[in-house]
Amino acid sequence: MTSSSLRPGSPAPSLPGRAARARPGNPAHGPGGARSSGGGRIAGDGIWPWLFIAPLVTGISVFYFWPVLQTAFYSLTDWGVFGGWTFAGVDNYVALFADPSLYLSIGNTLLYTAIVLLGIPIAVYLASLLNLPGLRFASLYRVLFFLPYVAMPTAVAMVWRVIYNGDFGLLNHALALVGIDGPYWISTPGAATVAVAIVGLWSSLGFSLIVLAAGLKNIPPEMYEAAELDGASRWRQFRSITVPLLTPSIFFVTIVTVISSFQVFDLLYAILGSSNPVLPKSMSLVYFFYREGFVTNDKGYAAAIAMVIFLIIGIVTAVQFRLQKRWVQSD
Amino acid sequence: MSPLFPIPARRRTAALAGAAGLVLLVSGCSGGGAPAGSGEYTEPEADLSAEITYGVWDQNQVPAIEENIAAFNEEYPDIDVTVNVTPYAEYWTKLQTQASSDTLPDLFWMNGPNIGLYASNGQLEPITGAVESGDIDLDNYPDALVDLYNVDDVQYGVPKDFDTIGIWANKALFEQAGVPLPEGDWTWDEFQQTAADISTALADQGIYGGAGGMDGQTTYYNTIFQAGGSVIDGDTSGYDTPGAEAGIQFWTDLIESGGSPSIQQLTDTTGDQWFTSGKLAMYWGGSWFRSAITDTDLAANVTVLPLPTGEQQATVIHGVANVVPAVSENKRAAQALQVFLASQKSQQQQGDAGAVIPAFDGTQDAFTQSLPDANLQVFLDALEYAQPLPVSNNSAAWNAAETELLPQAFSGERPVTDVTAELAEQMNAALAEE
Repeated sequence: MTSSSLRPGSPAPSLPGRAARARPGNPAHGPGGARSSGGGRIAGDGIWPWLFIAPLVTGISVFYFWPVLQTAFYSLTDWGVFGGWTFAGVDNYVALFADPSLYLSIGNTLLYTAIVLLGIPIAVYLASLLNLPGLRFASLYRVLFFLPYVAMPTAVAMVWRVIYNGDFGLLNHALALVGIDGPYWISTPGAATVAVAIVGLWSSLGFSLIVLAAGLKNIPPEMYEAAELDGASRWRQFRSITVPLLTPSIFFVTIVTVISSFQVFDLLYAILGSSNPVLPKSMSLVYFFYREGFVTNDKGYAAAIAMVIFLIIGIVTAVQFRLQKRWVQSD
Repeated sequence: MSPLFPIPARRRTAALAGAAGLVLLVSGCSGGGAPAGSGEYTEPEADLSAEITYGVWDQNQVPAIEENIAAFNEEYPDIDVTVNVTPYAEYWTKLQTQASSDTLPDLFWMNGPNIGLYASNGQLEPITGAVESGDIDLDNYPDALVDLYNVDDVQYGVPKDFDTIGIWANKALFEQAGVPLPEGDWTWDEFQQTAADISTALADQGIYGGAGGMDGQTTYYNTIFQAGGSVIDGDTSGYDTPGAEAGIQFWTDLIESGGSPSIQQLTDTTGDQWFTSGKLAMYWGGSWFRSAITDTDLAANVTVLPLPTGEQQATVIHGVANVVPAVSENKRAAQALQVFLASQKSQQQQGDAGAVIPAFDGTQDAFTQSLPDANLQVFLDALEYAQPLPVSNNSAAWNAAETELLPQAFSGERPVTDVTAELAEQMNAALAEE
């Protein structure tokens, strides 16, 4: 994982592109050096630093790391409904990688994630609109955009289920007014995943917007003043100042959005409904996990799915951190 | 940009762990299934003192349960009962977690699809002792349901209530369509014709005569039984038999003739919603549907028709039972309540409260009186030809295959025999793993 290269203590490069190239050849300033000096400090302070982080570490160990290890173990077993297991080696993984449902659910999850990610450019644009000087009711708009994010996913899903209804839904009613015969959104394979993803996009917009708005506040107003004096248009300012200086925030919301999209379950489950015939064709990875673990009671198999989800998210996130050097500006 | 690092890192760790942390719910259990209960029973003395919990999923029934408990406490004043209501959607997930950690409620509701799973894994205390001592007499309850709670010749409970399937009909829509309301017994052909006639007559208003759906208990299990077929026969699937094929074909025909909305339409808007919106003339529904219409404008226009007869007359019957876990610190107090809830007195209280049809013979009159003009007697008469809900030790595994495959037959996308053959294959594979 390359996260340590983001350490606040490492030297701040003036040009990110050059820094990324320079760092590997300059080990004295690299993460290795920073770590050894930090380690010495903690050792010198005795037990106190450990005591201070103990509550958090204990909680995370008991509720996160230990279950991860247990899951890894159970993925190698045939695990009974009420406890009790027999060792099964890699049987679960062999069966899983031969199961077309795995690839189907990975495909659906990727499609869902891609659509939800489209919300980020929208959020950047909206955030900069909300940040325009002199905009009235800016806080009101911010609250309105944020509301879907804090609403219960199940409640959101119930409302959208009604909107998407093929015969009596608001959406198809509106489409009919302009002469379009809308599909049965939540009961047509393909359309169902897109329909759920649109709701996912809509409900994650508020979160991205708030983070990006905070990022915008960090951009010095002088930059815009200077640009204005040089005769740059609003659009030009947006492209050449707002977006580049906002890239750290954009990177952050991208990471968070990807991780949460890969774990989509509640929206899908609540919008489509558990007896929906298209569900097996539209299920996400976590729904697949839920179905095997809690519906058909194949818990060892479900543990193997959980491990695969874990690995996929880990790899995708690592790749994102590696790629960020190419496009994220840091000051 | 120093604030960037700590936040994504924390979020990332949390989310990474969160993916696996989902299984946290089920990971707290120790190895080894609990030993099966012995069925030991001695009649509890009146001064038995204990605090017990009673796990249920239906909030609507709580008032009747409170009455039961008040009467119970007249006999056993020192047994304190707490009722825990968990919504059905989470009930079984929660119960499994509780079973894994030996913290099941002292007494709890069990249903057909799950009894095999819990009984065969040694989670439940048999009622053998109470039956032998005569405190519970199995003859007082519908045979099909007593059988449902008998796993490998051991009895784990008796039904506390039952439900059968009938056709809820909207008389006003029959009149509007100019189609006569069927009287008495009728055949599959007559039903199909009636449904298609109503759909045709009222097509301009988007009203349908009948409706299929994805719920076997209220739809295709009934027609499979009526065709003389079976869903599960011993430990093999019945889906690849002519009876089951005919039972499935019934719904494919109904949709094809326009007598029912399509499967897509029924996914977006379920049969009961079509019916309560006044857009459906005949809805195949359980006796429990009564509570959904009692206080609506529809109530005055509703009557119940018996299911049509195929090769034979049949309906699905199901009911909930009270069961005691094999591991319980308050087993004797829980058994006292279990026996009391199965008694005629307690069952009469349930019936009078009107939320369900009680299972004890002769306590059902209050139910038929709750909608006096709707001919609810149909649901009681159905006891004569009722067959239990098809279940196995892990019903959910093949129920998932039904939901996945059968829509392809109903929609006409694939021939019925192809679909039922594939379903039988998948179901047999699932049954072999039990």
